[in-house]
Formats: sequence, C-alpha cells, structure tokens
Amino acid sequence: MTSPAMTAPADQSAGYRAMVRRKRWLLLGFLVLTTLSLVLDLALGPVGYSVKEVVQAVLWPDSVPMQLRVVVWDIRLPTALMALAVGAALSVAGAQMQTTLNNPLASPFTLGISAAASFGAALGLAFGVALFPSFAGYVVPVNAFVMAMLSAGLIHLLSMKRGVTTATIVLLGIALVFTFNALLALVQYFATEQAVAAVVFWTMGSLTKATWPKLGVTCLVIAITLPLFARNSWALTALRLGDDKAASFGINVARLRLQTLVMISLLAAFPVAFVGTIGFVGLVGPHIARMLIGEDQRFFLPASVMTGALLLSISSVVSKTLIPGAIFPIGVVTSLIGVPFFISLILGSKERSW
Amino acid sequence: MVTLQLKELGARYGSSTALQHVNTPVFHAGQMVAVIGPNAAGKSTLFKRVAGMLKGPGEVLLQGSRKGLDGICYMPQDISANARLTVYESILLAAKQQHQGWAVTDAELAQVGAIAASLGIAELAFRNLGELSGGQRQLVSIAQTLARDPEILLMDEPTSALDLHRQIQVLDFMRTLARERGLIVFIALHDLNQALRYCDHALVIANGQAQRSGPCGQVITADMLREVYRIKARIESCSQGTPLVIVDGVA
Repeated sequence: MTSPAMTAPADQSAGYRAMVRRKRWLLLGFLVLTTLSLVLDLALGPVGYSVKEVVQAVLWPDSVPMQLRVVVWDIRLPTALMALAVGAALSVAGAQMQTTLNNPLASPFTLGISAAASFGAALGLAFGVALFPSFAGYVVPVNAFVMAMLSAGLIHLLSMKRGVTTATIVLLGIALVFTFNALLALVQYFATEQAVAAVVFWTMGSLTKATWPKLGVTCLVIAITLPLFARNSWALTALRLGDDKAASFGINVARLRLQTLVMISLLAAFPVAFVGTIGFVGLVGPHIARMLIGEDQRFFLPASVMTGALLLSISSVVSKTLIPGAIFPIGVVTSLIGVPFFISLILGSKERSW
Repeated sequence: MVTLQLKELGARYGSSTALQHVNTPVFHAGQMVAVIGPNAAGKSTLFKRVAGMLKGPGEVLLQGSRKGLDGICYMPQDISANARLTVYESILLAAKQQHQGWAVTDAELAQVGAIAASLGIAELAFRNLGELSGGQRQLVSIAQTLARDPEILLMDEPTSALDLHRQIQVLDFMRTLARERGLIVFIALHDLNQALRYCDHALVIANGQAQRSGPCGQVITADMLREVYRIKARIESCSQGTPLVIVDGVA
C-alpha cells in the first residue's frame, strides 16, 4: 500500500480518496467472484445442468421443468447459499475475534467454540443425550449450539476477571480446545463403531445438512450482528491500536470487547451447530481480507464477509468436482485448497501480514 | 480560556492505591507542565485518572472549556501497535472518534493532512504502521492525539523514542501549539533539562503522590533530585542563562 511521497495535504486527500476507491473496487471484485462461484456451485451436482438452466430455475422457477426446479430449489440452493452464509459468519467471527483479542491466532476454532460444539454433537450422535430435551428432533445441532454457547460464555466470564489480558483469553481458549478434544475422544472410545463414524463425519463439516430453516437462522444472525459491528466500526478499528490508545479515544474498551464477544459467539455457534466443524475459514478469511484491504473496519468487515463466503463457496464447488458423483466433506476441502493459497499470499506479500 | 486544577486526586488498581492526594494550582491556557518522577511513580496513572480512564477520589476542575471532559486527550506511552492501517488512516481514525458516521468529509481529510504536515510526517502518509520505526510511530501517536482537537493534552513520554533533532522539533512544536491555541500541555519527561527549557511548571510525582509543584526553576533543585531520584546533581546556568542539571553520580 506504499505509494510515492505525497506531502501536500491536497495530494494526501486525493491519495486517500484513491485508496478508498481501490478498496471499493476490490469489494466489487469479491462480489463478482462470489456470485460466479455461487452459480457454478448450483450448476454442479450428480445431475448435470447448464449454467443457463440453473440461472433460469433460480430467477424464473415456474418456467423450468419440475425436476430441475426441485433439484435447484430444494437441494442445491440451500446448500450453496449455506456455504456463503456459513463462510461469511465464520470469517466475520474470526475477524472480530482477532480484532478484539488483538491476536492473529484467534478464531472460533482456536478458542474452543468449535471443539465444544463437536463434543455436544458427539454426545447426541453417540449416546442420544439431549442437552435441551424440548428440541428432541434437533438433538445434534441443539447440543452443538448449547455447548458452543457454554464455552463462549465461559470465556466471557473468565475474560471479565480482573487482570485477565487478551493473551490469557487466547490461552484459555486453547485449554478449552484440548479439554473438549479429550472429551470427544472419550465419547468416541465408548461409542459404537457406527456412532464413531457419524461423529467423525460430523466433525469434518458438511453442507449437505443445510436446509432452508437453518439457512434462515444463520442469515438472521448475520443480519443482526453485522449492523452492530458496522455501527462500531471506528471503535473496533481503534482497538487494533492497543487498549490504552483506544481507551484514550474515549472508547469503553471492556464494554466493546464484551459486546463483540457475545455477537461473535452467536456468529460462530449457529453455523457450527448446523454444518459441523469448519475450522479454516474463521482463521484465514479475515487474514486474506486484512492483507488485501487493510483494517479499516468499514472495508475490513465486508471484505471478511466476502472472503469467507468465497472461500467456502469455492470449497463447495471443489468438493463436488474432486470425484464425480461424490461430495467431499467441506471442512477437509476448505483446508486443503485454502492452505496453499494462504501460504502463497503470506510469503508473497512484501509487507507484514500482522 | 481553559483552566485546569486537580484537587485531592487519587486512583486505585484493585485493592492497591496507585495515586493519592494530588493537588495542583490552577493551570492556565498556554502553559506547559512537566510531569516528572521516577519510573512507576504514578505519572501514567495520573494522566489516565485526569483523562477519565480510571476512577478514583478527588476532582478534575475544568473551567472555560468548550468541550468539557472530551477536551482532555491522553497520549499513551505504548506505540507498539502494528495494525494494518496507513499513517493517514490511523490519524483519520483518531479524528473520527469525535465525528462519528461512516462518511469522511473533505474538512476531516484537510485536518489530517495539516496535522501530518505540521509534524513532518506527510511523506509517511501511505505507509503502514507496521513499517514505521519507533520514532515515526511516536510522531504518528502525537498526530492522533492532536487530531482529537484537544484543549488539555496529557502526553506520556512523547519524546522517548525520538532522536535529538525530533525531540527538539516536537517540543518546540508543542510549546508553540500551547501558546497559539491556548492549550494546557502536560508532558511526562525524564530529561529534566528539557523540562527546564520547555516547561513553565513542574509537577513531581513519586510513590503515587505529588511531592512538589511549582515553576520548573524552583522545583527542579539539587534537593529534589537527591530526594526523589536519589542522585547527586547540581543546577547551573549555561552561558545563555538557562538552568542546566549536571549529574555527578548516584546519591
């Protein structure tokens, strides 16, 4: 982002406006790529349809044969849109965790929220334990959600203790990861072979669990949290200058951090409960957004939405094309295609990524 | 014109008292106040308490202010931030904390440009914070503080990472700014010769208390240096009449 020296205030003002335009173009580029990936995701599947047919089925459902309409609207659209929604939610959750905890390793995965959700899901899958018996029909997602919220709540409680720094919170999160992974292993040890297979499949993450109601809930959570983040965008950006600096700006750092952590918990818990563990997006989506667009939250926030959505959508496309007729678990694919891209981005960048 | 007085000011961290019974005379617009004292004496705590970042007993009496407590701006010591923001964005960020709203106006950009130019960091405008040296970061931190349009400035060791040229440049600039804009500038300093040269008043903080307060020449004395800093020193006038601290050794 280095540019030739511009020393006159007018030049700098023009330079800033040019930088903002460049960021807007980048966001638009992400939007175009995400839309293309979505269309491709809809077109791919065991039954081959052309892009034109699929687009027609989405825009004018009454004008296409019923089979195509059912495949697109009942199977592919919820899954493809869920990829976008889950990717966006996890990426934004990771972005705000990294911002509020001032730590590049923070994500729903590294703070134990995903591990807690996996343990909750495993209890349901292996032993039929329902943590919320009134939702008997949705034991696995409800268990996963309850455990995710419990772990997030535990982190909140501990973070409110006097003298607890952001580094301590990250360490507590890592301790939770190990604890829940050990408990998950214990469940698998006592479970039947079939149950173990189900648990393992769940922990790999799968978009095939997507339904319209689950998609609706995920989108609702995003729709509630994003405007709140946007409203605090200047304050959240200031957090990255350090707690003292942010507080000196008149920001109530403790309150902002708590509010943000509550919203992050919702953003992380619902997707994990619905589609299983997808670890990579929440960590890397924000880093890619940060490297490309910087940390002004007015642009970083939408960029994180886009990078997360795009990463998971591309992963969904790849998961369908690796072996024709089979769908690979999305969590595995996301990491496999995302890691090389991420490493090339970090090593190729002339500037520090954090 | 703004005036400020501290009465029986105190602050606590948990159960331990970090600051108590700090009283000062009334400071007037245009004054530079050196806040001096050993490490961990309570200087930063005093600044945070005055800025409202810490709670505690006592009163911060502000009169003639157009912005009230919002006009008291603290510049922290920590300059380690390496957010992926350009210098220009980070100064704008400080300015935007008081003028919320997503859109950035031309007036705000002009203000940021003028501040960057006045501190000699205009050429760094589109460099990322992570690429800057310690001294450059300190100048950016000063710029961020100025962007908040302060009436009372609390600067915590603003020259600690600067080379000698930049130290003099910043202190000259701050003194001019205080005089021209009618600010009251508190500066925590370890270089007592700079305090003698640039400041009108000295406030000595030690063990969480204001040990002495008064015109620099009357406060920075051999006795004070022996008591507070535990050093043997003399105060002598240079050829131009400015008093100088000459350190002979540890007391």
